[in-house]
Amino acid sequence: MTGTGGNDGGNGIVSTSKNAAGADEPGTVTGGAPVVTTVKEPRPARDGEPLLEVENLGKHFPVTAGLLRRQVAAVKAVDGVSFSVRKGETLGLVGESGCGKSTTGRMIMRLLDPSFGKIKFEGQDITGLSQGRLRPLRRDFQMIFQDPYSSLNPRKTVGSIVGAPFRLQSIETEQGVKKAVQELLELVGLNPEHYNRYPHEFSGGQRQRIGIARTLALRPKLIVADEPVSALDVSVQAQVVNLMEDLQDELDLTYVVIAHDLSVVRHISDRVAVMYLGKIVEIADRADLYERPMHPYTNALLSAVPVPDPSLRGDRTRIRLQGDVPSPLDPPPACRFHTRCWKAQDICKQVEPPLVELSPGHQAACHFPENASVSATDEVAKAAVAPAAASAEDGTPGG
Amino acid sequence: MADKRPAELIDGPGEQKDGAAAGAPSAFLEVRDLKIHFPTDDGLVKSVDGLSFQLERGRTLGIVGESGSGKSVTSLGILGLHNRRNARVSGQIWLDGAELVGASADDVRRLRGRKMAMIFQDPLSAMHPFYTVGHQIIEAYRVHNDVSKQVARKHAIDMLGKVGIPKPQQRVDDFPHQFSGGMRQRAMIAMALSCDPELLIADEPTTALDVTVQAQILDLIRDLQQEFNSAIIMITHDLGVVAELSDDILVMYAGRCAEYAAVEDAFHRPLHPYTWGLLGSMPRLDRERSERLMPIKGTPPSLINVPDGCAFNPRCAYKDLTDGKSIAERPELRELEPGHRAACHIPLEKRREIWNDEIAPKL
Repeated sequence: MTGTGGNDGGNGIVSTSKNAAGADEPGTVTGGAPVVTTVKEPRPARDGEPLLEVENLGKHFPVTAGLLRRQVAAVKAVDGVSFSVRKGETLGLVGESGCGKSTTGRMIMRLLDPSFGKIKFEGQDITGLSQGRLRPLRRDFQMIFQDPYSSLNPRKTVGSIVGAPFRLQSIETEQGVKKAVQELLELVGLNPEHYNRYPHEFSGGQRQRIGIARTLALRPKLIVADEPVSALDVSVQAQVVNLMEDLQDELDLTYVVIAHDLSVVRHISDRVAVMYLGKIVEIADRADLYERPMHPYTNALLSAVPVPDPSLRGDRTRIRLQGDVPSPLDPPPACRFHTRCWKAQDICKQVEPPLVELSPGHQAACHFPENASVSATDEVAKAAVAPAAASAEDGTPGG
Repeated sequence: MADKRPAELIDGPGEQKDGAAAGAPSAFLEVRDLKIHFPTDDGLVKSVDGLSFQLERGRTLGIVGESGSGKSVTSLGILGLHNRRNARVSGQIWLDGAELVGASADDVRRLRGRKMAMIFQDPLSAMHPFYTVGHQIIEAYRVHNDVSKQVARKHAIDMLGKVGIPKPQQRVDDFPHQFSGGMRQRAMIAMALSCDPELLIADEPTTALDVTVQAQILDLIRDLQQEFNSAIIMITHDLGVVAELSDDILVMYAGRCAEYAAVEDAFHRPLHPYTWGLLGSMPRLDRERSERLMPIKGTPPSLINVPDGCAFNPRCAYKDLTDGKSIAERPELRELEPGHRAACHIPLEKRREIWNDEIAPKL
């Protein structure tokens, strides 16, 4: 696998590097070479098999007290999320700070052990695998970190940072690690001669490219990018977003992009999941979610984004949420959004709305969804009855 | 401490005299040719290099730029918060008829807090963790007003209520860590407004906040401006925030002003390639999703080695249109249309053409 795969990859690298470098040129952007691959098969795998499946995944961090460090409470950072990511697509995970999006990303990477739930990668359950068993699989799923300053070891050269994955996985490369690293640097638009430089000699955007090169070293299938551009300046942010898109087309990558910036997520994602207090409240195709948001929280989020067009000032209808996100230590019962929701009724405080499909490919967890047909709303009511009865028997969660 | 030194450092440059000749301006705040340089071992860091602008009461000026463009240094300069031992400040800052660059540290201190105040980006590090929120507001208020602690405390509670903190009578005795991020920023605003300043400088006031909280804070700032009729300088890298709040916008690049215009002009008819680049770099929710973003190539320059000529020329996609002028000569900030200034060598007609034909359709 490594021998031939590495060789093919090498050829791929050479051809992409031109595109990656060209991405920085505003002029060449639209007619650029990377489009060729996009046109051929825009998203072949949209209905393809899922690469990653997450079922009812959760993470509760214990809060301990006293001498015996007895658990007195739990921070319910993620409280049962389910989604799947198909091969070749980009899933955006958005939400405000503390909603559990980063925790979810880290659990998918198995950097955190889930409290409950299941993670399946290529059909294989990786939830309970030991670190030893996991290591060979790790080359297939990698992570891009948020902060390009703290995620690179300042005492190592770029060459050894980007080459580390080869060493750790004991992978032999055709012409040595150095050649492979230089090809990777070229792929992400850096000068391969900078092999011996240290991270501090690079700017923020360049550091993020180094991080991406390291992520790509082992040709992963899935990349989880946790706020990949939020630490970067606007002009550089666009460079990195374009680079990620080019690489996806070229190397057939699957992304889970975690971000709080709704406009970046819309740009980069095929599907988007909105999280609130450890739960997914809505998940849909990009266009669907942004044009016909169903969950009130999604509506509120979208209307809160400042729009860079002064002539629209005052024209937009805004939804202003009051107050702050409640503490995940003691999330509100039933629908977690009811404390801030302007549509909330009694049922929202008693019955948790299930995440159901209200239109094809569009799931939302709300008793009173917007932009949904009447029959779809009935669907919610029906679906809500069953779990409500069940939870009444074993006691409502968090109650 | 450093009371004597500023005077020596200041009276060097000749701008001082020009200023005296021009006299006090009619505008509420006028900054003329402000330069803030920091001598370091590696060379002179020209953080702000000849910046001029005006601001009236009740108006908002948005200063936009990437990190290292000198926007925060400008705001600290207006407040007189640079240590004059390691910062060389020249030019003039006129606030309501008084010149601040040449003023004594004591004079500036009397104005700071009372006449001008600042909302900092990160309220967790801008507030003292050891004192209660109320204590810190009371302290600021009593420095400038000769009132009893009781009166000041009542005032602090009023201010906290005004910025939308629930149960201010109880929360006044809380410590900063007991507030959430959004509430802390509200408390910060309450502190800044406690002496009813006429000039409010907000340095990235919402960058650390989530969008829904950001919307609350922007609303609050807008409402308070109407109530107090204060002049606001809004410093941010987020063009969306500027478009929502500002009347005028000043785009900074490498310590200089690239474009200075009314907000509609800057967004709909920008005349500087850097402004085009900023607009093209942003994914936008108010438009159809564009297939590709149009980034600016390269990275912002180091302020020690600012490129010769136009500071933007190494990154400019249109520098060939200037016959090499942009490499040789620093462009002047010229008024091209009423109230619309830009510093660029590309012929004006050509720039309008590029914007209308090449840039605007792709946004």
